Amino acid sequence: MNQFLQTYLPNVWEIQDEVIASVFETLYMVAVTAGIAGVLGILLGVVLVVTGPGGILEQPKLYDVLDNAVNVFRSVPFIIMLALIAPITRLIVGTSIGTSAAIVPLVVGTVPFYSRQIQNALLEVDHGVIEAAEAMGSSPLEIIFRVYLKEGLPSIIRVSSVTIINLIGLTAMAGAIGGGGLGNLAIARGYNRFQTDVTLVATGAILVIVFISQTIGNYLVKKTSH
Amino acid sequence: MASEQDTECNVHKAIMGAPITAPEYQGSPLVLAEEPAVKPARKKVVTRTVSVRPFEPEAISGHLDERIFLYQKRRIFMIELKNIDVTFQNKTQTVQAVKDVSLVVDQGDIYGIVGYSGAGKSTLVRTINLLQRPTSGEVIVHGQRLVDLPPKELRASRKKIGMIFQHFNLMRSRTVAGNVAYPLRKSGLTKQEINQKVDELLELVGLADKKNTFPSQLSGGQKQRVAIARALANDPEVLLCDEATSALDPKTTNSILELLKDLNKKLNLTIVIITHEMQVVKEICNKVAVMENGEVVEKGDLVSIFTAPKNQLTKEFINTATHIDQALDKLAKHPTLLQLSKNDVLANITYVGESTSSPLIATLYAQFGVVTNILYGNVEILQETPIGNLIVVLSGEPAQREKAIAYLESNDVTVKLLDHNQKVVAFNKEKVV
Repeated sequence: MNQFLQTYLPNVWEIQDEVIASVFETLYMVAVTAGIAGVLGILLGVVLVVTGPGGILEQPKLYDVLDNAVNVFRSVPFIIMLALIAPITRLIVGTSIGTSAAIVPLVVGTVPFYSRQIQNALLEVDHGVIEAAEAMGSSPLEIIFRVYLKEGLPSIIRVSSVTIINLIGLTAMAGAIGGGGLGNLAIARGYNRFQTDVTLVATGAILVIVFISQTIGNYLVKKTSH
Repeated sequence: MASEQDTECNVHKAIMGAPITAPEYQGSPLVLAEEPAVKPARKKVVTRTVSVRPFEPEAISGHLDERIFLYQKRRIFMIELKNIDVTFQNKTQTVQAVKDVSLVVDQGDIYGIVGYSGAGKSTLVRTINLLQRPTSGEVIVHGQRLVDLPPKELRASRKKIGMIFQHFNLMRSRTVAGNVAYPLRKSGLTKQEINQKVDELLELVGLADKKNTFPSQLSGGQKQRVAIARALANDPEVLLCDEATSALDPKTTNSILELLKDLNKKLNLTIVIITHEMQVVKEICNKVAVMENGEVVEKGDLVSIFTAPKNQLTKEFINTATHIDQALDKLAKHPTLLQLSKNDVLANITYVGESTSSPLIATLYAQFGVVTNILYGNVEILQETPIGNLIVVLSGEPAQREKAIAYLESNDVTVKLLDHNQKVVAFNKEKVV
């Protein structure tokens, strides 16, 4: 095995500790961002649904503001977003370089996308069921927690796994400008130093993470659908 | 009208065994006493809500005269809609879905509201629990003026108004038991009590064995039964049915209607049914309102609507239920059934109740020499009153025929000579002449 690695992936063999650390850096960025952006995204998504047209707490003005904000933030390419919000990152984390610093732009880049996905997922909940809940005397909060989030759970899991896969892509980009992780490894080492084997291994590792997320997502969707 | 309702109501109570008598309303005089005898500024009082607790007789709101009136009547209407208007407005157009509708539903009524789609009946029924707020008008359910209630109290009132829907609207993520238990959260019951209540409700609708299945595994009729159990969870006094049987096949429809009829009797449940099928109304309703273009064009008790419809639309609906139109169509297509000669007339004979028992047709021949040929017959039993509907050919001398018809009419039988311009007769005339 070692013989094989040394022969075919010489550069990887040389920096194997760095490779393993990169995998964990990527997982760290994904996990922390998913946690923060998950909460914010669901919150924003729910607000979009209930204040939107025909929602249970219709607020056309608030909805318009949020709707447009989401569109604007989604339209900024992530690589530019990284540069744009670097000052804010420095303000929050103290530095704009490193794994933790990457989390700020990752959250900003993920929340609008995720909230839109959540909005679409919740809009799939049959309006008749919402109406039935209203007719049974449920309060708006009850309708959100006991109907929207419960009935929409399979869809929420589905869009969450899509978002996580999307997020893994973003971490690679964040890595490229100093965030560390597998993206950094693939570009700074593999590409810039012509160590193609490093790029290949980094790509493979990312693919494995993506496949695992996808599989878990599919399993949970299946388990929650009735 | 009022006296009719009174007697009917009494009949109901006799059946239900739950007569509403004065002692039950002991609270009312107290409420009355609290109010000054003379109210100078009436209008202010009208908008005020006195709601002690939902659905208690004390909760009658409104100005003094009205309360005295209600107290004197010794009962409160279960549902009162007064001059309901619903207008939908968007940028390009304004649609008046409900126009100035007033309805009164008594306790224990099964009130049918029929109309074609787009007549505004769904919108109207949604105003009863304020799923649709009326643009103007008043909604009073068991003495409570719903429009004035703050959100929290409105939600409490809604728990006492069950509703079922055309597409059942069950929650896919919950089991049958979970769906039925949904409205019971925060009802003050313990988990065990909720569980027991769910069992009772499922027993009531005949689905005790489906407790732990998911709605996706149930048939349409079973889903509607679950929906009914869910709607009854908080022991409502009113059940609103919005096209509840329209997505079901005729056999299942009947079984659901049987169940509703049963619940009406067992629980003294007041039911409002929205439907486009007169068949449904005929099956279970005791009162009916017919809607067209947002207006109620005719309303009354079932038997009188069925026997003496005044509005054209009502007649149309009734004909769909008695199949008279279909029968005439068939006769038109099979002219051999009709061999009309000069002395023949085609007539539609309808009778209600007792006249069914005397042998009228035999008398027609014996006394007047008029031969009656029955082409089509239909006898319905509505609210225990038989209603007959026949299409006949009366043959005999014109003078004798007149006498025979006069005789029938003197026996409370309605005779309607069918229009000679109708295809049926015109076709045959050619043949005969």
